[in-house]
Amino acid sequence: MGAGTELGRVRGLGSAKDGVHHWWLQRVTAVANIVLVLWFVFSLVRLPGLDYTSVTLWLRQPVAAVPMLLLIVSVFWHFRLGVQVFIEDYVHGPARIIAMLALGFYTLAGAAAAVFAVFKIALGAAA
Amino acid sequence: MAGRPTSPRPLSPHLSIWKWQVHAIVSILHRITGNAMALGAVVLFLWWLIAAATGPDAYAVFMAVASGWFGKLIAFGLTWVFFQHLCSGIRHLVMDTGQGFDLATSRSMAMATLVASTLLTILTWTVIAMTKGL
Repeated sequence: MGAGTELGRVRGLGSAKDGVHHWWLQRVTAVANIVLVLWFVFSLVRLPGLDYTSVTLWLRQPVAAVPMLLLIVSVFWHFRLGVQVFIEDYVHGPARIIAMLALGFYTLAGAAAAVFAVFKIALGAAA
Repeated sequence: MAGRPTSPRPLSPHLSIWKWQVHAIVSILHRITGNAMALGAVVLFLWWLIAAATGPDAYAVFMAVASGWFGKLIAFGLTWVFFQHLCSGIRHLVMDTGQGFDLATSRSMAMATLVASTLLTILTWTVIAMTKGL
C-alpha cells in the first residue's frame, strides 16, 4: 500500500471472506458443548468417587471414551475460535501474531495429549 | 481517506462513560468466563486426564491438590464459571435467531443467566455434598 490511487490504497482491506464460517463453527461447537459438557459434569457427579480406579474404570467403557473424544474435539475447537476473537480485540501489532501462534500450538498440543490419554486408558491393559 | 476534512467530529463515548447495566456485565462475563476456562480449566482438565492415563502415582498427586481446600475452592468457582458461560451462551444462541432484543426481555434474560448459574452451582454442590460429602 503506497501513495497510489484511491482504489490501490483500499484493495485487500476488506473482509477475508471467512467470518461467517468462524461464526457458524462457533455456534455448532457451542451446541455440541452443551450436550457433551453437561454429560461430563453429570458423569463425574454420578461416579462413586473421583479416585483413580473409579475414573479409569469409567473411561475404559466405550460409552464414556467415545463421548470424551467428541468432547475434546468440540471443546478445544470452540475455545480456539473464542480465544482468537479475544486476541483480535485486545492484542495488536506483532504480538498478535505471536499470540495467535501460541494459541494454535496450545490448542493442538493439548487436544493431542488429551486424545492420547483417553486412548491409553480405554485401550491399555487393565491396571 | 484521502481528502476527508479533519474537523473535530464527535466520537462515540467509550466504556468509562456508560452506566454499568446487567446486559453489559453478562456480556463481559461471557468473555471472561470463556477465556478463564480455555486458559485455566482446560489446563486442569489436561492434568487430570493425563494423570489418569499415566498411573496411580501421578493421579494421587492430582487428587492431593484437588481434594485440598484450595482445590475445592477452584472446583466450586469453575462450576459457577462453567454454568454462567453455558447460560449466557444459550442466551446468545437465542439472540442469534433474532429473538429477545427488546430492552425488557434483554435485561431479564441477562439477569436470568446470573440467577440460573448460581442456582445450578448450588444444586451441583448440594448433590455432591449429599451423595459423597465434601
